[in-house]
Amino acid sequence: MSSMSFHPVMFHSLWNYRGFVFGAVKREFQARYLGSLLGGLWSVFNPLAMILVYTLVFSQLMGSRLPDNAGGVFGFSIYLCAGLLPWGWFAELLARLNTVFIENGNLMKKASFPRICLPTIAFISTAIHFAITLALYLVFLLLIGHPPGLALLALLLVLAVQVGFATGLGLLLGTLNVFFRDVGQFTSVLLQFWLWFTPIIYVANALPRGVQSVVAFNPMTPIVEAYHGIFLQQVFPQWGTLIYPAILALVLLCLGGIAFLRLSGEIIDEL
Amino acid sequence: MGTIHAEGLGKFYKRYPSRWSRLAEWLDPDENVRHEKHWVLRDVDFEIRAGESVGIIGHNGAGKSTLLKLITGTTQPSAGRAEVKGRVAALLELGMGFHPDFTGRQNAYMSGQLLGYSTDEVSARMGEIETFAEIGDYLDQPVRTYSSGMQVRLAFSVATVIRPDILIVDEALSVGDAYFQHKSFDRIRRFRDEGTTLLFVSHSPSAIKTLCNRAILLDRGSVLRDEAPDAVLDYYNAIIARREVEQAIRVEEAETGKRITRSGSQDANIRAVDLVDTQSRSARVIRACEAAEIVVDIEVRRNLPELTVGVLIRDALGNDVFGTNSFHHGQVIAAPAAGSAYRVHFCIENLALGRGSYSISVALHTQDTHVVNNYDWWDQVLVFQVIPGSRPLSIGVTDLPITIGINKIPSN
Repeated sequence: MSSMSFHPVMFHSLWNYRGFVFGAVKREFQARYLGSLLGGLWSVFNPLAMILVYTLVFSQLMGSRLPDNAGGVFGFSIYLCAGLLPWGWFAELLARLNTVFIENGNLMKKASFPRICLPTIAFISTAIHFAITLALYLVFLLLIGHPPGLALLALLLVLAVQVGFATGLGLLLGTLNVFFRDVGQFTSVLLQFWLWFTPIIYVANALPRGVQSVVAFNPMTPIVEAYHGIFLQQVFPQWGTLIYPAILALVLLCLGGIAFLRLSGEIIDEL
Repeated sequence: MGTIHAEGLGKFYKRYPSRWSRLAEWLDPDENVRHEKHWVLRDVDFEIRAGESVGIIGHNGAGKSTLLKLITGTTQPSAGRAEVKGRVAALLELGMGFHPDFTGRQNAYMSGQLLGYSTDEVSARMGEIETFAEIGDYLDQPVRTYSSGMQVRLAFSVATVIRPDILIVDEALSVGDAYFQHKSFDRIRRFRDEGTTLLFVSHSPSAIKTLCNRAILLDRGSVLRDEAPDAVLDYYNAIIARREVEQAIRVEEAETGKRITRSGSQDANIRAVDLVDTQSRSARVIRACEAAEIVVDIEVRRNLPELTVGVLIRDALGNDVFGTNSFHHGQVIAAPAAGSAYRVHFCIENLALGRGSYSISVALHTQDTHVVNNYDWWDQVLVFQVIPGSRPLSIGVTDLPITIGINKIPSN
């Protein structure tokens, strides 16, 4: 790897390729709705349907209520979406980063461009998806008369921790996945379990004590609980709880970055 | 700008005995190496100055593609370094990355962006791309409706819309039709004349000779020759000749295979066939309209009533181009005795063939055809190339000795 620092590719900055990155994001959206009449509207309908279904099923049909009836009739729906929508981004980003090099193997082998463009494209396009979803969720909160208030400012910080965590882990797993395809399989299994070990679909205190302590180890737990606080109780997160996931995010970003930089040369040989 | 400096450049691929051994190597605290290094390029040194045009020759697997990938930066070197100064445009895989469902225009944007142009830069030059590609309304049709030639047209037009400091051209161009090939070579030539450094990979000696002022011969991952194209091509011929002999032996040994390249009773036997140039050197590349000689060595194994030797030249598509034999020339060998040997020279005063690849087949028989008493028939015993000589450019399988006279006549 000693020769790598001399290589012209390393000097191409991501910025010079912003045209490619944004073009690729745009094309990804176009490709998704190519041949459809309503086009981009579908990226609004999908999350809208999701929010409506959860609201109808849990609040109206099943009459689910949170303990102490927090948030009233819509309480459970607010709770569910507050955790599930950011989780959706987390899972999508992780899954995308996992396969980002394998799927673009052909392109990487034949064209010379900064490799870091590929994870960046995955990141931006999933972020846009989440932004649309979040906007719909905020409209929904306004409509039911439960706006999040000032605590919404904290959302960006919590999201930053989540994104750092997902990016670091995704970059690490995505790089390893090129060499051992088991990693990709493992990740999809992991994500299934992970969702159920995070208090998203249930409330944490509903768990037996023993399981609660296990769930507390999950770095996504404090993140999701912070969302619950922001959207449901309209309070700022307890910052102390976020130190653990934030440190983990930093460590994973470093690990992922090192793995990517050290192995980016070998990735091409392996694909 | 436009220089390439390779120093001790090498590339190996790691070969692990199994998937687990890579994991074991990664996790091993003692850092024991568990892979074999498979070198595809080794110790390559050269310096290409701005404005040079360099041809790269070599067999399949000689390391040409790897070298280009190292220069364009798609692959990282395992040893040494490749220092490239200037903007590189590589026509390695034309149309790669085209998305079939998007229109040509959208794909042109993507290719341009992949080359590092901004969206505005591509927009500003879209008209130029459109004019050069000449694909008309297809530009706004999905690329899946394109022929491969149209894809090449579009890809070439995008890649070369801005003159690069270094242009790397692989065989990809041969996909296009003759008209566009001509047009694209014109553009390449113009770039070269304007100072673009050209790196050109081809199996066609004539293309290298006309475009390049230097050639690098790669063989089994290292540089064998790096000098004027003429000298390098001569050397390359020698290698081809050597390989051909090996190949011929192999084909002959695999006689049970489907392709019978050798038949006959072997009562008389073709021992060797060679093509030699004006200096009586064995050659596999001949300039059009120069003299050449097909030399056939024969061994007679039984007393025969008579013996005719015939040669047949065919083009790359297998069409007969020219054939004759000693019977028609009144040179039948009468009653050759067992154990005797002959060397027959077919002296061609003027090899009036067009540029391209041709094969020679040789036959030993009685009378005027090999249908009666076929002693030995050796199909495609050797292959040779004809490259343009000093004569004016022509096309076709033959280069007729022609002169043109133009007289002004009174107009009414």
